[in-house]
Amino acid sequence: MATTKVTTADFESVVLKSATPVLVDFWAEWCGPCRAVGPILEEISNEYGDKLKIVKLNTDEEGSIAMKYGISSIPTMNVFVGGEVVKTIVGAKPKPALLKDLESYIK
Amino acid sequence: MSDINEVVIVGSGPAGYTAAIYAARAQLKPIIYEGSVTAGGALMNTTEVENFPGFATGVMGPELMESMRKQVERFDAKIITDDIVSMKLTGDIKELTDGSGNTVKAKSVILAMGSAYKEIGLPNEKRLSGRGVSWCATCDGFFFREQVIAVVGGGDSAMEEANFLTRFASKVVLIHRRDSFRASKIMIERAQANPKIEFLFNHEVIDVLGEDKVVGLKLKNTVSGDESIKDFTGLFVAIGHLPRSELVVGQVELNSDGYVQVEGRSTKTKLAGVFACGDLVDFTYRQAVTAAGSGCQAALDAERYLAGH
Repeated sequence: MATTKVTTADFESVVLKSATPVLVDFWAEWCGPCRAVGPILEEISNEYGDKLKIVKLNTDEEGSIAMKYGISSIPTMNVFVGGEVVKTIVGAKPKPALLKDLESYIK
Repeated sequence: MSDINEVVIVGSGPAGYTAAIYAARAQLKPIIYEGSVTAGGALMNTTEVENFPGFATGVMGPELMESMRKQVERFDAKIITDDIVSMKLTGDIKELTDGSGNTVKAKSVILAMGSAYKEIGLPNEKRLSGRGVSWCATCDGFFFREQVIAVVGGGDSAMEEANFLTRFASKVVLIHRRDSFRASKIMIERAQANPKIEFLFNHEVIDVLGEDKVVGLKLKNTVSGDESIKDFTGLFVAIGHLPRSELVVGQVELNSDGYVQVEGRSTKTKLAGVFACGDLVDFTYRQAVTAAGSGCQAALDAERYLAGH
């Protein structure tokens, strides 16, 4: 399935209370590496979306959540399981490297 | 695509794209692997480029690269948005494998992988990466509004980052281990004229402090040897670049810093049919325009090589 957008309003229901693991991509329009990794996350979501939900959080629009999770570099990709951050990936990476990082959530 | 290509280009900064433009116009039908997340190269993370000739009022780095890419697309070239993960460069037919597992064969290869950010090499620098330590001011400056941050380095990129970061930060301290900068005069003067920038010469960062995020830096005076601690919430590292030559180690000749060695004024490596250009080769000039120039040379060298084979 395609990635979806998450906002402050639905962060709790979509991310924190999700039954499946969720990857939140903290990104912004003006960030080159974020735009580069965007299509890769889209592909991963299409291939593994049933196991790992991928959502995108725009740090320009949802600054308070970015601040809450201490985001100071983007892209940052946090994996949430049961409402907790269990994995943090900082910086754009090629697909094979991301798949390796996410191995335990998509197999 | 026929089985054996004339030329494959690896990398897509000004060097790679220029090589592709020239090779395509020479009807070599180049394949260019632009990289899955590094497409466009280092300029994708810069702001305004004022010194690329032909742009009288300057141009944004990403815009310049987008425009070079479009110029490649005008001609008979194939752009692939993937990485090359291994190369076999010896012999008449070179074999390259991409990140999706596909293999491509070619009579000649142009290496244009560019360079990557250099790290200071401190354990806590890596641990706090994304927690206050950054290598990309244009990506991360926004998160340091009204904060006091440090930029370490002494070249043009350090000056540019420091200037850019003053848009957000309340104060930027430029830390450099020598007593003068190697940056260009115009960049130094601009930093000096910026009231938000302070300079700390003769100091090096020896540790990054903080549990979950950066709270300060441990510094050492390079003259007296005295150590001190200063409060910062961010550290931007701009101490230079390392050539991305890891895939060709043991195949082409590298110098002691890892730059690919080329023959005289040409782009020829010691392997027949393998050419190298851009920041992968150049430890002296490292400009967008010199990279573009060497990309052009590489395509012309490859064209001549192919004509003789």
